[in-house]
Amino acid sequence: MKVAVVVFPGSNCDADVAHAVEVTVGASVEMVWHASEFLPAGTDLVILPGGFSYGDYLRCGAMAARSSIMKDVKRFASSGGLVLGICNGFQILTEAKMLRGAFLPNRTLSFICRPCALRVERDDTPFTLRYKAGQVVRFPIAHHEGLYYLDKDELDAMEKRRQVVFRYATPAGEVTDEANPNGALNNIAGMVNEGGNVLGLIPHPERASEPVLGSVDGALMWQSISEWIKGGGAH
Amino acid sequence: MRYRASLLIYLKEGVLDIQGRTILRSLHDLGYGEVQDVRVGKYLRITLEAADESAARRQAEAMCSDLLVNDLIEEYSLVVEEEGK
Repeated sequence: MKVAVVVFPGSNCDADVAHAVEVTVGASVEMVWHASEFLPAGTDLVILPGGFSYGDYLRCGAMAARSSIMKDVKRFASSGGLVLGICNGFQILTEAKMLRGAFLPNRTLSFICRPCALRVERDDTPFTLRYKAGQVVRFPIAHHEGLYYLDKDELDAMEKRRQVVFRYATPAGEVTDEANPNGALNNIAGMVNEGGNVLGLIPHPERASEPVLGSVDGALMWQSISEWIKGGGAH
Repeated sequence: MRYRASLLIYLKEGVLDIQGRTILRSLHDLGYGEVQDVRVGKYLRITLEAADESAARRQAEAMCSDLLVNDLIEEYSLVVEEEGK
C-alpha cells in the first residue's frame, strides 16, 4: 500500500501517522509538501494529518484547504481514491468542501487532550472493514475546535444517508451528552462523503496503533484500508 | 487608487457563539445585568488597489467567498472607502 502524507506548515502529526501505517501494515509512505502540484504516482491513500496548519489563523484548516496540492487531492478523491483527514485534516476537508460541515470551538472553551471512547457506526467503509458496527474503540483526542456543526436540515439528510462513521460514546457504547467532549452535533466524531471514500475523523487513530501507546484500536483502521486496497477496491 | 476594505465577520444567528456566551456571563457577574447578548466577531482591514470604489468592493466580496468567510457558519459586513478618507 502506497500512502501519501500531506505536510502543511504547522502539521505536527505527520511523522506519527507515517510511523503508524509503516509499522502496522508495512505501507510505503511518501511525505508530500503542500506546495507540490501532484500526488506521487500510484498513491492508494492520502492522509491529511493533524496539527495546526497555518497556525489555525483565520479558521482552522481554511488556508491549508486552498493550498496547491489540494487540487490534486480533490481530483484523486473524485476518481474514487481514499482520503483520510485526521483532526486538523478533518477541518481541512470541510474547508475544502470535500466534506460538509464546519468546526466551532469546543463548548468547554478549553483544549481537550485525553483518550476518548467512540462507537463505530459503520463497518462497511474502506476505513472500517475490520471493525464491527456498534463496537466501542478508544482513540485519543487533542483539539480546541472540535464542535462539528451543520444546519439541521442538512444534518438530518446526512444522517439519513448514513454518513456518520464514529460517534463519541460512553465506554458501554451509549451516545449521550455526557460522553460528548466538545459539543459536536449528534456526537459526530467521524464521517464520510457520499461516495464513502473520504473520511474525516477528529480523534487520532495513529496515537492508538501500538500496545506501547495504550490502545491498538487504531491499528484496525490501517488494516481495514490495507485489506480494501489489496481487494482491488481502489480507484 | 488605493482603497481600504473594513470587514467584520461574525457567526450567524443560531450558531453557538461560546465565547460570546462566556463574556456575557462574565459581564453579568460584574453587575452589568442590562446586557442581553454578546457576539464575538473578527475584524480584517484590507488595503487594496482598484480602479474605483465599486471595483474595490467587488474584489473584496470575491475574497470573502474565496477564503475569508465560511458561509456555512459566518456572515459579514463590509465597508469600502478610499484610503486616507
